[in-house]
Amino acid sequence: MQNPQLTNDGKLKHLLSIEGLPKAIIKQILDTAESFVGVAEREVKKVPLLRGKTVCNLFFENSTRTRTTFEIAAKRLSADVITLNVSTSSQSKGETILDTIDNLTAMHADMFVVRHAQSGAAHMIAKHVAPHIHVINAGDGRHAHPTQGLLDAFTIRRYKPEMHNLRVAIVGDILHSRVARSEIHALTSLGVPEVRVIAPKTLLPENVEKLGVHVFHDMREGLKDVDVVMMLRLQNERMAGAMLPSSQEYFKTYGLTPEKLALAKPDAIVMHPGPMNRGVEIDSAVADGKQSVILPQVTYGIAVRMAVMSILAGNS
Amino acid sequence: MKIHIKNGHLIDPKNGIDSKKDLFIAAGKVVAIGNSPDSFVANQTIDANGLIVIPGLVDLSARLREPGFEHKATLESEMQAAVAGGITSLACPPDTDPVLDEPGLVEMLKHRAKQLNLAHVYPLGALTHQLNGQEITEMCELTEAGCVGFSQADIVIKDTQVLWRAMQYAATFGFTVWLRPEEPYLAKDGVAHDGEVAARLGLKGIPAAAETLAIASILRIAKETGAKVHLCRLSTAEGVDMVRAAKKAGQKISCDVSANHLHLTDFDIGFFDSNAHLRPPLRSQRDKEALSAGLIDGTIDAICSDHTPVDDDAKLYPFAEAEAGATGLELLLPLILKWAEDNKLNLNQAITAATQMPANILGVAAGDLSVNSNADVCIFDPKKYWKVEANSLFSQGKNSPFLGLELAGKVKYTLVNGHIVHQST
Repeated sequence: MQNPQLTNDGKLKHLLSIEGLPKAIIKQILDTAESFVGVAEREVKKVPLLRGKTVCNLFFENSTRTRTTFEIAAKRLSADVITLNVSTSSQSKGETILDTIDNLTAMHADMFVVRHAQSGAAHMIAKHVAPHIHVINAGDGRHAHPTQGLLDAFTIRRYKPEMHNLRVAIVGDILHSRVARSEIHALTSLGVPEVRVIAPKTLLPENVEKLGVHVFHDMREGLKDVDVVMMLRLQNERMAGAMLPSSQEYFKTYGLTPEKLALAKPDAIVMHPGPMNRGVEIDSAVADGKQSVILPQVTYGIAVRMAVMSILAGNS
Repeated sequence: MKIHIKNGHLIDPKNGIDSKKDLFIAAGKVVAIGNSPDSFVANQTIDANGLIVIPGLVDLSARLREPGFEHKATLESEMQAAVAGGITSLACPPDTDPVLDEPGLVEMLKHRAKQLNLAHVYPLGALTHQLNGQEITEMCELTEAGCVGFSQADIVIKDTQVLWRAMQYAATFGFTVWLRPEEPYLAKDGVAHDGEVAARLGLKGIPAAAETLAIASILRIAKETGAKVHLCRLSTAEGVDMVRAAKKAGQKISCDVSANHLHLTDFDIGFFDSNAHLRPPLRSQRDKEALSAGLIDGTIDAICSDHTPVDDDAKLYPFAEAEAGATGLELLLPLILKWAEDNKLNLNQAITAATQMPANILGVAAGDLSVNSNADVCIFDPKKYWKVEANSLFSQGKNSPFLGLELAGKVKYTLVNGHIVHQST
C-alpha cells in the first residue's frame, strides 16, 4: 500500500501522520526547524519562503493554541493566511467536508491545515484534493497530531541530543490521545530505545504494546530512571464516569508531583502539550519548576510548523 | 419452454453429483439429469462446455433497500445484481423504511419482487415493532404474508426480558429467530475491531467480547425457551468456538458468515478506507482463520453476501462517520471460489454453504437440482477473471473493499423457474 503522504519519488507531499514517515524526512523537518528558531529572535520575524501562497487553516474542531501557532508559522513564512472555524459555519448548514474543501480550492488555497474530531479526516481530505495542494493534519480524532509529535521530538533533541540513549515515559490518557500516538511514532522512529506508557487500563488502547512501547500501570515504577516525562492532558469529560472515578483520585495515582518526579533521573525534563489542568495531571510546582520545558515546547512548535510548511511548499 | 443444458460440469451437493452431466428443464422444473427423457425436444440448448452448472445460490442476507432507501438501491437494480451473481433466492432483513413489521408491507414487497420475475425474495419480518426492541410483532400474520423468519437486522434488543418473550413467542409457532450477536453497550460507537489497527488509527474498537457475551445470552435463552435461532454473521474465533460447543452439546442452532470476513481483516482498513467499514467489523487474521475453519468443519452453516449497498455520498466521510456496509451480491460466487481455492477445498463442499445449507435454514425448496425441483440454475465460467469496479456491477451500490481486484468466476447464465433471467457474454 502506498503511503498517501509521500510523492512517488518519496518526498513529503502531505503531513498526515508520523507513522510510516521515513526517518530521513523526520530528521529533515527537525533540522530545518533548527534554522527557524532564530527567526523569531530577529527584529523582522519573517522569511519570504511562502510569499504568494495561501494557507488555509480549517478547524472543524475548536482549538486556540494549535490554530494560533499554525497561523504565526504561516505568517512568518510570508504566506497569506485564512482561518476558518468550520464547526461554527458551513457544517452547521449541512455542507460536507469535501464540499468545503472544493470551495476553498476554487479560491486557490495552496495548503490546508486541518483539524477534525474524527480519526482519518485528514487522510480523506488528502485523498480528495487536487495534486498541487498540500494537507497538514493538525489533529484528527484520536489518530494523530504529527506536528505536536515532531515539536516534542525537537524539544527532546534540544535538551537531550543523545536520543539513542534515552528512556521516555508518556503518562495519562493514551486511549483518546492523538498526541501520544504521534509522540510514540516520532520517538521510536528516531531511535529512542525505551518508550514507556503509564496509565490505568481504562485509558490504554487494546494491543498498545504493538506500537512498540512498554506498559506500566504504576506511575512510581514507570517513572524510575526516565530522562523525559511527557504528560498528557486529561479531557474534562473523562474526569468522572466509567473510565475514571474522579480527578482527585487521578491526581493521586497519575498526577505528576515533585515527589513522583524525584523517581526519574535528576536531570529529567517535564513536557506537556497543553493546555494543562493544574492539580489534575500535573502539580503547579512541577509545571513551573526548573525541570519543566513546557513553554519552550510552545516556542519550538512554531519553528517546527514553519519547517513542515516550507518543506511541503518546496516539494510542489 | 424446454431447455437442454449440455456438456457442463454439474455440481449438486445435495444429490452428490460432481461430474459432466446434462440437465433437462421443462415447465420450470428439472425433468432429467444425465440422459434425455423420452421425446424431449429442447426449445433452447445451452452449451455449457467448460462451464460449471450449479443450483442457483441462496443468499441469507441481502439488503434490497426497498422500501425507503431507493437512493441507495432499488429492488430492480438489486434483483438484477442478484441474478448477475447467480443468486436465485435471497433473504432480506427488515430494516427498510418503513420497517417490515406489517403484513401489508411484506405482501407488497413480495408482489413487487414477483412482478420483476427475477430471484425469489424471502423477507425476514421484524421481530419487534419498528425494530424498537419493545413490542413483538404479529409473527403469525407476517408469516402468512410471506416472512420466513424474524430478525432485528442490526438493531439489538437491549431489554433481555423482551428478547426472552420474543423467543418464547416465536418458539410457540416454530418460527426461526435471526439474531446478529452483539452486546450493544460494549459495541457502542465502535467502528473497528478492538485490536492493533484500531489502536494505531485511533478508531473506537468493538471488542470480541461484544459478540461472545451476546452469543452466550442468546444460546442460553434459546435453550430455555426452545426457540430456533439463526446467528447472523459471526466474526470472532471465540464465537465460532461457542457455537461449535453448543452444537456438540446437541443444541439446534445455525449460523452464517459473510464472504467479506472470510477474506479480509482489520488490516484491510489500510489508511482509513471507508469501504472496509463493515458491521460486524473486520477482525484479526486469527479470527479470519477460525471462521474459515468453522465453515469447513460445519460449525458455520452458510456463507452470505451481507449485501449492503450504500450510496457514494454516505461513504464520503471520515471512517467512523461513513455508513457501514459493502455491496456483495455479485461478489458472493467469486469470493466463494477464491475461498475454496485458498483452502484447497473441492467446489462441491464450498458451494454447499451457499446452496443446500442456506436453503435448509430458510426452509424453502431451493439449493438443489433434484428431478422435479424448481429449475433455479447458475452456470458460470470458473476461469474467467473480471475486475471489480463501479461499471462492472449491476448493483446500485458500488462500495466494496474489493474494488480494483480481479476475481475469477463469471456467471454466464442464471435461470429462475426455468427461465433465463441473466446471460452474459
